[in-house]
Amino acid sequence: MSDVLAVAEHRRGDLRDVSFEALTAGQRLADAAGGDLHVAVVGGDVEAFAEALNREGVDVVHTIPDGETANHDVAVEHLSALWPSLDADYLLAPHSVAGLDYLPALAQRLDVPLVTDAVDLTLDDGLVVTRERYGSKVETTVAVEGDAAAISIRDGEWPPAEGVGDAEIRTVEGDVDESAIRTTVTGHQEVAAGDVDISEADFVVSIGRGIEEEENLELIERLVEVTGATLAASRPVVDNEWLPKNRQVGQSGKTVTPDVYVAIGISGAVQHVAGMKGAETIVAINTDPDAPIFDVADYGIVGDLFDVVPALIEEFGGEAP
Amino acid sequence: MKILVTVKEVAEIADDVEIEGTEIAESALQYDLNEWDDYAIEAAVQLAEAGDDVEVVTATIGPERSEETIRMALAKGADRAVRIWDEALEGEGLLDVRVRASLLAAVVEAESPDLVLTGVQSADDANAATGVALAEAVDYAWSAVVNDLELQEGGESVAVHRELEGGVEELADVSVPAVLTIQTGINEPRYASLRGIRQAQSKPMDVQNLAELGLEAADVAGALTTTDLYEPETESEAVRWEGDASETAGQLADLLRDVGVVEG
Repeated sequence: MSDVLAVAEHRRGDLRDVSFEALTAGQRLADAAGGDLHVAVVGGDVEAFAEALNREGVDVVHTIPDGETANHDVAVEHLSALWPSLDADYLLAPHSVAGLDYLPALAQRLDVPLVTDAVDLTLDDGLVVTRERYGSKVETTVAVEGDAAAISIRDGEWPPAEGVGDAEIRTVEGDVDESAIRTTVTGHQEVAAGDVDISEADFVVSIGRGIEEEENLELIERLVEVTGATLAASRPVVDNEWLPKNRQVGQSGKTVTPDVYVAIGISGAVQHVAGMKGAETIVAINTDPDAPIFDVADYGIVGDLFDVVPALIEEFGGEAP
Repeated sequence: MKILVTVKEVAEIADDVEIEGTEIAESALQYDLNEWDDYAIEAAVQLAEAGDDVEVVTATIGPERSEETIRMALAKGADRAVRIWDEALEGEGLLDVRVRASLLAAVVEAESPDLVLTGVQSADDANAATGVALAEAVDYAWSAVVNDLELQEGGESVAVHRELEGGVEELADVSVPAVLTIQTGINEPRYASLRGIRQAQSKPMDVQNLAELGLEAADVAGALTTTDLYEPETESEAVRWEGDASETAGQLADLLRDVGVVEG
């Protein structure tokens, strides 16, 4: 029998959706292990959070009302104190930017092995975690020796927990010692909106690493001109500063839901797909027939963008630069 | 001031996936400097160029092969390198982030840097955890997924931006000494100049084994074992348009007209 502790995540006053997915992963693991599901939430309006987190299958919610916003030092201090008071073996948290900021330190302090970005969990003789390696080209299963582990879960892999449970709410009193706080969150800011909001567009043409050189963007700009599409990009194009940040589609950029999304020279990393999978119709143009973008596409062209895009421009009466 | 940059040589699957047991066949792999670490090196070198008397040291866990990658970091402006290797690391111990953290912690304790910069993650294993685990192991402050940093007057803290999901950044002050995990896009990594490449050949590279780091084989055994490795089943249900460029472009144009997002 092993209990599970799942840690919820909130930002700027709201629980994040992946928190409820962590509850589902936690429920399933607790069921397999024959234990209870404990949930912890640190900072913010913990009473309201506890009410929302009291979903079916949750046995205990630990509320830790210390601080207004999430702070990794506060989280590590409280959770490392909470952990030994429970009979829990498995610690689950979202594989998110906030999760990456406290979970590795927490696992290190508790001296439990950490497996990140899990897409599946099974309990056999011990815990087995499925995750990807080599940029999603292969999947592996990793067996964890011993009874305890910390796992971060990829968002979108488990459905959100539903229903209303009858969890016991336990409040952890007390603030952490101020000397333990060495990183102070001073605020948040939105990435500059700029001249265009790609999340409102009906037709998005998005360009990725396949464009190779900044000069080649002219070709895509011509396509956008003749079709009236809105231009967007995947991360590498924005990292290179060939297009501004407000054009970036994906986990750290914008989420778009157009009628048609044409992904050109984009391999389809999970971080990118997170921002565009809600499009009505997805078309992918890529030279690599095995590119993961074809897994989410409705239509695919296996071909060189430098051949296909000029032909497309001509279809609409334009001329490639 | 001293800055330690952790530099990983990552394996990429060159073309086709070739699997041998629970590993990728060596012949299908090619090695390169981890993309995220390239940005961490650039951030360190920029701090060194802006300040007086800043030393940049790299630390790498890797076999002799990785010296080529380390020389690349030296050619871009790092002053010297530490390479950690031991035959005890040839198994799967390095899958366990605690093992990486304790190896690098031994270097941090010996060097006492003011800042440790690491990439957010490595392109091959993508744990995205080593930097923050290392911070805890050496009792440094830390911040993960940093896409802007500014050393404050007096050097006692760093103001950072952290790239959260959905186009939002968190602003934070981190006390020094600190470990920062660096996100791509924070700067524009330089190419090594010919002069830099020449100079890199004569920069010091200190190779250390477990005993020299004060560790034993049991410390690096790790708790994780790969039990299977396979190509994920393709989930593609995409209709593939066949033909030459004008035919496939024609089909796409028809779709765009049918849906009504383009006229003409």
